[in-house]
Amino acid sequence: MNKVISLLCGIIFGVGLTISSMTNPEKVLGFLNLFGNWDPSLIFVMIGGILISTPFFYYFKNKPLFAENFSIPLSKNIDLKLIFGASLFGVGWGAVGLCPGPAIASLAFLNFHSIIFVLSMVFGFLALKFFDTLN
Amino acid sequence: MNIINFTPLSAFIGGIVIGLAVVIFYLGNGRLAGISGIMKNFISSNNNRFDNLLFLIGLILGPLIYSLFSTYEIPFTITASLPTLIIGGLLVGVGTGISNGCTSGHGICGISRFAPRSILATIIFLLMAIITVVVKGSFF
Repeated sequence: MNKVISLLCGIIFGVGLTISSMTNPEKVLGFLNLFGNWDPSLIFVMIGGILISTPFFYYFKNKPLFAENFSIPLSKNIDLKLIFGASLFGVGWGAVGLCPGPAIASLAFLNFHSIIFVLSMVFGFLALKFFDTLN
Repeated sequence: MNIINFTPLSAFIGGIVIGLAVVIFYLGNGRLAGISGIMKNFISSNNNRFDNLLFLIGLILGPLIYSLFSTYEIPFTITASLPTLIIGGLLVGVGTGISNGCTSGHGICGISRFAPRSILATIIFLLMAIITVVVKGSFF
């Protein structure tokens, strides 16, 4: 059942991204262009997502339907890694207009540019893993 | 500031659909639908590897399934140069990897859980992205 849910949720997520046009880097850059010609749409995507999920995170904490327990990050620690990582991510996002979800969904368009971007992302994750194993 | 291309309704509906995926993944599998986390785990961990792969495949199928039911072509315009794409992709991979989340993991799941780390991360990556767009627009 976990497998079905994983695939289904990926599909629903991808459909949501497409409906909201978040798969389009130009649309996302329009949102980030706060001091120019601004397109506030992305904030409505986030509000929609947050409104739906908040009550479920709040009221369901015992046990998921098809797993032993919820795997939720417990850390409340605000450290340099969080600040530094979020900053790097912001620069990459602003430079291209793609974050991980839309980047992967956009592979559907078989666009050379988005393939290069996703491969670079994968390389970034592999590099982190390499440095983790060194430590 | 001029407001252009504003599509609040489709954005809000799309957001609700994304929220549904987050809720089903949480209630069913007990996990957070943060895409950078799913991708990072798929690449670097054997735990739930096949689940993660299926989610990522679903994510790619999403736009294709949408296009079956829509007569409009899905808009996709990317203007970044090749070096920018490579550096940007590396920054997004390394940055979300170090900070354990992206727009979905921190921005939607984390904020919905009122997680202080995620709220701070979202503020930081939004600010840095806005600054990057301003700087890129002024100097390049």
